[in-house]
Amino acid sequence: MKNKSLVSINDYTKDEIIRILDLAESFERQPRQDILKDKVIASLFFEPSTRTRLSFESAAQQLGASVIGFSSAATSSVQKGETLKDTILTVSNYSDLIVMRHSVDGSARWASEVSPVPIINAGDGANQHPTQCLLDLYSIRKTQGTLDNLDIMFVGDLKYGRTVHSLTMALCHFNTRFHLVSPVELKLPSAVKQHIKSAKLQYEQYTELSEVIPKADILYMTRIQRERFPDPIEYEKVKNSYNLTLSMLENARPNLKVLHPLPRVNEINTDVDSSPMAYYFQQAQNGVYVRQALMAAILGRV
Amino acid sequence: MSDKRKELIVSAISNGTVIDHIPTDRVFQVIKILGLDQLSNPLYFGVNLESKKFGSKGIIKVSNKFFEHEEINKIALVAPSATLIEIRDYEVVDKRDVTIPETVDKIVKCVNPNCITNKEEVTTHFNVIYDENNVMKLSCRYCEKNTSKENIFFI
Repeated sequence: MKNKSLVSINDYTKDEIIRILDLAESFERQPRQDILKDKVIASLFFEPSTRTRLSFESAAQQLGASVIGFSSAATSSVQKGETLKDTILTVSNYSDLIVMRHSVDGSARWASEVSPVPIINAGDGANQHPTQCLLDLYSIRKTQGTLDNLDIMFVGDLKYGRTVHSLTMALCHFNTRFHLVSPVELKLPSAVKQHIKSAKLQYEQYTELSEVIPKADILYMTRIQRERFPDPIEYEKVKNSYNLTLSMLENARPNLKVLHPLPRVNEINTDVDSSPMAYYFQQAQNGVYVRQALMAAILGRV
Repeated sequence: MSDKRKELIVSAISNGTVIDHIPTDRVFQVIKILGLDQLSNPLYFGVNLESKKFGSKGIIKVSNKFFEHEEINKIALVAPSATLIEIRDYEVVDKRDVTIPETVDKIVKCVNPNCITNKEEVTTHFNVIYDENNVMKLSCRYCEKNTSKENIFFI
């Protein structure tokens, strides 16, 4: 994967995914290493995302890299009408690797085609967010000890949630049983279900949350994202569909962990936070190790 | 009406290409995709013609123009039933069906308004895929969204 861009989780084979997770484990044991001391990493956030940007920048700096970039399009030359291609070509003169987030779908693939240095996609519109996917896989493996043969339950907006789509695709490598809980309007798109079927795996669809919890090893909650709805009336109908409370976890398997890509709104009640099953804050922490692993691998230092 | 007479509803050509069995409502689209409206060659076309196979059909005849496989396959997206007949000196020298290509580049617009190909000057690239009902779709290399047949819009 040296010098190779990561745009979509589908760019990586199962072995490449596992290699990143193994590397991330070693960075978790020792996050501060000087291995990227002579490297410059550009962090181009055309669209603001505090969590992802800080996680990348912290990961880079803990490995000794210098970080340049901007945190919103307003403070970049995009403001002056510069095209993405021109920005990428310019910044590639100053850096060894570009991490980018952009509101336009497909912008990261396009950037990877024009850029002489590798690109890591930190989210392109509603399309892909592969580092979120890798940190989710890392969190699942860390808490369950394996990725194979698990019962994974997805809850919420399975239609528009890109996180769910990428993670489902990636989990198809690992003989997962999928339990899909969503309002009827927000079911997993048929293209993604088709992917599960072609991997010869099983999925079940539900609308009720509580009955499914005892069947799961991982309960992956998602926010119903207002910004993805073309019609605000549709959003109003479904926005309060799910609310996970502590009492609902009573009959859960003891190894169950609750994951969430964050930010949450009201889909996980704050009384769950104190439960040992709540894992969403540690999950975010794992993002740093996974991003360290990726940057080190792409820059050929591990 | 004899077969010969029927053919002559649209003039016979001495040299060139006949594209037959086009769905009748796709004839103008085919003309546009192949850029036939930009040529100075004599061009004949017919729509709502009687067809045993399809009920009704369209036909295009263009003089002194021959197509490469790749070029003609562009029309497979809108007219998969079309037959291509090459005429030289009034004789049929080649007859073949169009085949749907594995990739479609440059000619189709991505259905997703938020795709980079609709925001900046980026050439479109699609992989041709088939869903579980064997319906053809175009999968955008950039935004990864699928454009279904009824949404295909030619650039």
